[in-house]
Amino acid sequence: MSLLDDFLLRAVLAGLGVALAAAPLGCFVVWRRMAYFGDATAHASILGVALALAFSASPFLGALIVALAMAGTVTALSGKGLAVDTMLGVLAHSALAFGLVAVSLIEGVRIDLMSYLFGDILAVGRGDLGIIWGGAALVIGLMLWRWQALLTATMSEELAWAAGVNPRREQIVLTLALALVVAVAIKVVGVLLIAAMLIIPAAAARPLSSTPEQMVALASLAGAGAVLGGVQLALVLDSPTGPTIVCAAALIFAASSLTALLRGGRA
Amino acid sequence: MALLELQGVSIRTGAHMALRDVDFAIHRGEIVTVVGPNGSGKSTLLRSMIGAVTPVAGRITRTPGLRIGYVPQKLHIDPTLPISVDRFLSLPQRVPRAIRDTALERAGVPDLAGRQMAALSGGQLQRVLLARAILNAPDLLLLDEATQGLDQPGSAAFYRRIEEVRDEIGCAVLMVSHELHVVMSASDRVICLNGHVCCEGHPEVVASAPEYRALFGTGTGGALALYRHEHDHAHDHDETCAPSHAHEAAE
Repeated sequence: MSLLDDFLLRAVLAGLGVALAAAPLGCFVVWRRMAYFGDATAHASILGVALALAFSASPFLGALIVALAMAGTVTALSGKGLAVDTMLGVLAHSALAFGLVAVSLIEGVRIDLMSYLFGDILAVGRGDLGIIWGGAALVIGLMLWRWQALLTATMSEELAWAAGVNPRREQIVLTLALALVVAVAIKVVGVLLIAAMLIIPAAAARPLSSTPEQMVALASLAGAGAVLGGVQLALVLDSPTGPTIVCAAALIFAASSLTALLRGGRA
Repeated sequence: MALLELQGVSIRTGAHMALRDVDFAIHRGEIVTVVGPNGSGKSTLLRSMIGAVTPVAGRITRTPGLRIGYVPQKLHIDPTLPISVDRFLSLPQRVPRAIRDTALERAGVPDLAGRQMAALSGGQLQRVLLARAILNAPDLLLLDEATQGLDQPGSAAFYRRIEEVRDEIGCAVLMVSHELHVVMSASDRVICLNGHVCCEGHPEVVASAPEYRALFGTGTGGALALYRHEHDHAHDHDETCAPSHAHEAAE
């Protein structure tokens, strides 16, 4: 077995692309308590995939558009009426259910639902790889460009206003980045586990970090480690690759928490 | 010319009219205190000045190039966000170490640079927020109930520090507070707000005068209401003001 097997190399590269884009965004998702928001956006994207297939369009594009619409809807609705977690619960699961029903109604197209729910990283083609790395580069670029402003808006909306940073604009940047990550991660881990790739590496990085930048760097490492370890482990165990990558991330998280605990440091 | 001026400003928050037809101006070097009961629009007033809320009517004029330092009412830092005081001071613009150190020193916390924000006590956090607000030598310093959660000696020390900062960098100071007894002796002007400007005037140290105690009540221990209302000027809002004072006296 070698990583030079072409489909394996592509799988690893796809996974790394997603892990690197998910790391900075995942940190913001954790800092701003947007975990459910990430979930809702990811779950909604299956509806986008279904619509794209129905109209013979690119699933990436369909997922991106629906994820954007979902994220936009949640942002617009938050603070109006229902508690945010209730609203996200309603929207996330309805969107997932509508997506699953829509997929089943598409006639003439045989699609493997499992591959969209749990990813199909071993089937990543050259074109997919281009889209994944293009999307990842876009997300990383956005994060680098807006880094200081995003961080300020995350600390306090009012401090941001006072410093001439519009927190609403930064929220839109994050929403856009989230939709991009969701769209490119479907192929790798599937809609059900995208939020895991955002949150687990960031959570694993937290106990070992003392600056925001350190946390992003360590989250990238944790994510990359999870991809490498997960792909290997899936080959050995003959298990589905997407879920195995998330398992590897969870193990890294456990190890990092344990380390912090043993050092008696911040947990 | 005023540093910042509000003309006929009305602001709606949700369905509620938080401010109605407010005229206000602050000039270089002044210390102005805004008092008013809960829900009287004090924070909304400050938020309008930093641009966080937009008036539905009226105009806000800032002198060109106005630098504002803002100390929020509170700052919650999520425990998942690791950030040191030093790093916090470099947001959103990177700031040279010498300037950061000077600001921390002026705020009275020269030794906190390396500490994690989440590990600070309430008093330390307020000082760090003050340091952040004076980093860029602001023309106008805005403080929103900046001593919430501090005990009385703590807030007294904080306000003495504000006065010193004003003397050092020559900024105007606008603060919102309910702690009349601590704040007002330092103020050049006091504004009483209850959805609109009820009245404004010069505060005086008149700790023992019973008529002032009647206005600001026994909540201050009866000894320390320092603000004298000047109701000798023409004022057509007096009637709407009266219940709010009664309300405050009851607090």
